[in-house]
Amino acid sequence: MPPVSIRGRACIAGVYEHPLREIPDRTVAQIHAEVALGALADAGLTLGDVDGYFCAGDAPGFGALSMAEYLGLRDLRYLDSTETGGSSYLIHIGHAAAAIAAGKCSVALVTLAGKPRTGGAQPGGSGAFGSAPEFAFESLWGPTVPGNYALAAQRHMYEFGTTSAQLAEIKVAASQHASHNPHAFLRDVVTVEEVLASPMVSDPLHRLDCCVITDGGGAVVVVSPEVARTLTRPVARILGHGEATKNTGNGRIDLTYTGAVWSGPRAFAEAGCTPADIDYASIYDSFTITVLITLEDLGFCERGRGGAFVADGGLLAPHGRLPFNTDGGGLCNNHPANRGGMTKVIEAVRQLRGEAHPAVQVPDCRLALAHGTGGALSTRMGSATLILGRDE
Amino acid sequence: MSSGLPTPVPRPTLETAPFWEATAEGRLLLPCCDACGFVIWYPRMFCPECGSTAVHWNEASGAGTVYSYTVTRKGQGAYRDAGPYVMAYVELAEGPRVMTNIVGADPATVHIGQAVRVVFDDTGEGPALPRFTPA
Ligand SMILES: [Zn+2]
Repeated sequence: MPPVSIRGRACIAGVYEHPLREIPDRTVAQIHAEVALGALADAGLTLGDVDGYFCAGDAPGFGALSMAEYLGLRDLRYLDSTETGGSSYLIHIGHAAAAIAAGKCSVALVTLAGKPRTGGAQPGGSGAFGSAPEFAFESLWGPTVPGNYALAAQRHMYEFGTTSAQLAEIKVAASQHASHNPHAFLRDVVTVEEVLASPMVSDPLHRLDCCVITDGGGAVVVVSPEVARTLTRPVARILGHGEATKNTGNGRIDLTYTGAVWSGPRAFAEAGCTPADIDYASIYDSFTITVLITLEDLGFCERGRGGAFVADGGLLAPHGRLPFNTDGGGLCNNHPANRGGMTKVIEAVRQLRGEAHPAVQVPDCRLALAHGTGGALSTRMGSATLILGRDE
Repeated sequence: MSSGLPTPVPRPTLETAPFWEATAEGRLLLPCCDACGFVIWYPRMFCPECGSTAVHWNEASGAGTVYSYTVTRKGQGAYRDAGPYVMAYVELAEGPRVMTNIVGADPATVHIGQAVRVVFDDTGEGPALPRFTPA
């Protein structure tokens, strides 16, 4: 019996990114509903068509149960609340494709929303952190979110000679892309010198090595090929999915790689392609170092050579070595709910539809990759890779 | 001793009480697997290498080297007003890489590969926080 695969057995038919970056006047549930309606409208479907629902720790209350009721989803046959931080939504899409391939549902809705900018810190899914068995052995020494990425950056610099100027090139490329996005939180183009001159937050990461903090949300609709044939908008075919966890390795952590070393090959194997085939990549960019290490792990360059790969405009659209994050990414555009995975998928779908901003649209974009990294580089993370193909 | 850094008080659990009790006496204990000999971190009464539940405590030498570090300019929570401080992974002589702070050193002089030794910061409520200082 040949291995079961999701390849070509599900499509992304609708996407929606909330246009606002500060939403003081709406609840998190309202924003979930707003993005759900937006993605369904983009697909040409309605709430009544949805028979699978996926959400993560940002969903208020009882997660999928609370949101299914709020949204009025009456005929759900499939639920998944996998929580891996910012990578959750890529995992959801992979799981939705598998569920659709197995006949468990045919229209799956994935939603994300949150208000870390105006609603105070409400990091979804974190209510139980204090009871985590590892909690005392990390929290007592004052780790911060930037610090938990800085530890990885410092070690990468030590082992491979990566420089702050190379990391800055990632922010520079993102800022150039964001300058074309009217919704981007930061639209000003910055230079390497400006990144290096920004205040040090946690050595070696500067303020401009860090992503933005924004309210917002996004949603994706995954459908079966049969449903897709009834729709008019171009879809993105789901060709491959890989997910993995990486953690402190029983106290033997290696900070120089991420879970992408496993999720990437799994996705490429399922899709039947290689990094050289990818026309556009959405790479999770909580911090510049997240991008650099992930590019190595996914096989876009050799281990330790990420610095050279991103230098000299390597990530610039449309003609760089690997055009990345053409919406401006989490570094400049949007990092809704402190979770950047959803927007990674949305921009990849825009590229495959030819609907990215003309200044950054990759010509003849046929194959796109989206990658999410949830958790922290210096402790534990959920990594997820999707490979998507243009509608044929 | 006191490094001047905040000393949040740990909450021992059924699994970790011996670890924290030993810190009050200035001893760093590491859980070791009876079945395969693995030195486990973070502390738990379960060997994640082989699945054994037979685990005993061994006293560590207290020696280590800096595996990675960062100077955090502004902390949060208990560390909100701590000023610049060094958070680090120290690789213990026994193998585990543990999250900790480097104290008793100018942050600008801390470097990867630096030899360090454990010191204990009294929390005033029994347990002490293991931190590391240049050896
Ligand atoms: Zn064992």
